[in-house]
Parts: sequence; structure tokens; C-alpha cells
Amino acid sequence: MKPASFDYVRAESAQLACELLKEHGEDARILAGGQSLMAILNMRLAQPELLVDISRSVALSTLVVRDGCLEVGAAVTQAALERRPDLASELPLLPLVFPHISHIQIRNRGTVCGSVAHADPSAELPLCLLTLQGSVVLRSAKQQRILKADQFFTGMLSTARAGDELLEAVRFPLAQPEQGFGFREFSRRHGDFAVCAVAVVAHTQGLRVGVGGVADRPMVREWPLLEGSALDDALNEFAWALDARDDPHISAVARRHIVRRLGRQAVEQARAQV
Amino acid sequence: MTSQILERSKRHSVTFELNGRLRQGYAPPRMLLTDYLRHELGLTGTHVGCEHGVCGACTVRLEGVACRACLTLAVQVDGLRVDTVEGLAGEGGVLSELQAAFKRHHALQCGFCTAGILMSSADWLARLREQGRQPSEQEVREMLSGHLCRCTGYTPIVKALMEVAHA
Repeated sequence: MKPASFDYVRAESAQLACELLKEHGEDARILAGGQSLMAILNMRLAQPELLVDISRSVALSTLVVRDGCLEVGAAVTQAALERRPDLASELPLLPLVFPHISHIQIRNRGTVCGSVAHADPSAELPLCLLTLQGSVVLRSAKQQRILKADQFFTGMLSTARAGDELLEAVRFPLAQPEQGFGFREFSRRHGDFAVCAVAVVAHTQGLRVGVGGVADRPMVREWPLLEGSALDDALNEFAWALDARDDPHISAVARRHIVRRLGRQAVEQARAQV
Repeated sequence: MTSQILERSKRHSVTFELNGRLRQGYAPPRMLLTDYLRHELGLTGTHVGCEHGVCGACTVRLEGVACRACLTLAVQVDGLRVDTVEGLAGEGGVLSELQAAFKRHHALQCGFCTAGILMSSADWLARLREQGRQPSEQEVREMLSGHLCRCTGYTPIVKALMEVAHA
């Protein structure tokens, strides 16, 4: 349970981090909060040659409102976002979600971008970014590109980030008037990874429902304002479409049941605010 | 801030403020802060449990903030402030308010998890005091969910924390 050896460098700027990624490619890993990566290194599931530590980068610790989005820099911790005074009005979904994200001792150091870049299918922040139709800012030594969340998450722990790219920031679109938000999660213990998590954005025209923890990546559906049995039918179809599998924690049957039940609860929670 | 590559095969100087005193030593890049504290500096109050961030036994305060020493490299904390359980008691080993409450309520048995819980609680309670807020029992239990204790059943730990938080 000790990491294999590696070289280590601290990068103050995105530019320096990108140059190092260009030079070392897949052999280098970005270390931000380390709350996923360090555990992976300790278990030797990854053995990079070089760690590029951005955790102390002031330039990457910015949290700003820009173009109708809250832009969260690569070194911003989950706790820093959670404690942002205006968060409840800017992104009302997130205060519902943070208590479910691991534990405060992990959120203190874990970064928002790190969770998104890691792309664990049961992690809450990728689910939120997708359901809020957010985007990611990817930067390499020669260019910067912006990808929508639905193009970014490509599978289990897999994203569209190229080996020489840094996930420089993520952008959460600010809440609009007449939007409501809902979140429900089932996990074995408080703070564990979600067996199933459902995030909902309701607006006057319809619903957007995201589910994490079931498929190999968070998935989202857009529906009109369904009610009653039409909502049950839609949730049932979504639950089956997620292709739930049996695993040692829970059966596929139970997972589908949880999607239907939590889905309904989260939709009702969101619609009550519209 | 250095942007020099620290080579894996060498030991690198690491200096930081530990419990209010500057301490210096050497660590290869792969050395975890837990091992650095215990083996390099000889401070064995910080315990090593799961070594992947789950159990909470190794929790220390980094720049005042509770986090896992097992998910932190020694070279990462160069120039920063680290507080461990050894720094809680005052002059002559007089227990802090929090430690005394743990003793009074029998909030530890084997003591393996205790150092981590004390460090998390010290950060958390300080933050609540800044806000002038007193936590509910549910909030105490949520904070404690980041720590595994297999002896006490948590009840006396919750009692000790509630007493300190509402003092």
C-alpha cells in the first residue's frame, strides 16, 4: 500500500503543467487533491513516471462567474466550492449534493475538476455537471478547447481528454429563474460511492433527469413535464436503458427499482420549486 | 515556488511547521506524509490504517484543514503548516478541552482511530465556532462518518463532541 516510485514536480501555472504533459505524455499524471489518484497510486493500480502537482497553484484556484457559468479552476477544492457564500443561489443543485460526496475530510482536499477528470461512474460531480449541461475547459500546450459534459464522459473512468491535456476548469451554468432542482442518492453507508444517484432539473417546459452509479458513465434524459403514470413509464424505460448489472453490492433488479423510486422523488423535489 | 523536478531516486529536503515548530528532514517523492511523520520524524501519534483514505486514522491538519496524511506526499507539504495529535495538549501534557472531553466520556477504547478523529474534530469545531454555530447531533455524526471506530459504537464520541460544541 505504498506508491511505486515516480518523479515529482510542482506546477504553478497551467502553461507549465501543459508543457510537462506534452513532454511526458501518458507517463505523467496531474496531481490535484489526490483523493482518487493517491489511493490509486497506493494500490499500484497506476504507476506513472511523473506526478505534476497543481494543488498549490494560485492561478488554477480561481472560482469566477463568467458567461453565465460558475467556472471552477483545476485546483479548487470541493470544500471551497461548498463553502462559497452564493452557491445556494448560483447552483442550488450543489448544496443538495455535497453532503453525499464522500466525507468532509475528503472534500477538504479533493478537487471539483479532479472528480470530473477521474470520471468514476458513481461520482456525484460528473453527474451534476452533465445534468446541468455544463462543460469542461481542456488545455494543451498549443490550444484550449471547450467540450460539453455529454461529449466529455466516454465510459468507465474514461473521458475525451487527450494525454497532453489538462482539465483546466469546469463550467456549471448558473441556475435560471423558474428552475427547480432535485437530488436523491442511495449508498450502503453515508459518504460511500452511490449505488444510484439521481439529479433533476425541472423548468416550466420540461424535465432533465440524470442518473449516476448504474451505467458506465452518468446518463441524462430530457422529457416534457411528465406526471403520473407517464412519468413512471419514462423512469422505467430509463432504468432499463441504463443496462444495470448485478454486482457484489446489489442486483440489477434492485438497481432498476432504485432508479424508479429515487427518480420519482427527485423529480417531485425539483418540480415543487418551479 | 519550485518547479524543479524532484528525482525519484533521491531524498529531498522537506521543511514545514509541525505543531508550531519548524522541522526539517528528507523524503523521496513517493514517501507518504504518514510514513514521513512516523519514520522520519518519529511522531507515531498519527496512525496508519487503510492507506487509501477510507478509515480516517491518519487524519492531520494541513494549513489548519483536516485531511488524510496517507493521501498526501511528504514533498507536497514543504513550506506548509501541519498539525498532528501531538500538538493538541498544552504545556506539561495538559489535555485540551477536546481531549479531556474524550477522556471523560470514554470516547476511546483501543485508541487507534482517536488521533484522526481528534484532528478532524479540532478543525470542524474551530470552523463552527468562527461561524458562531452549534451543531446538531446529526451533523456531528456526519462529520464522524469520515472515521471508522470499531470499538466504541460512536455513542461516547458523539457525546464528547456535543459537550465541547455546546460548551
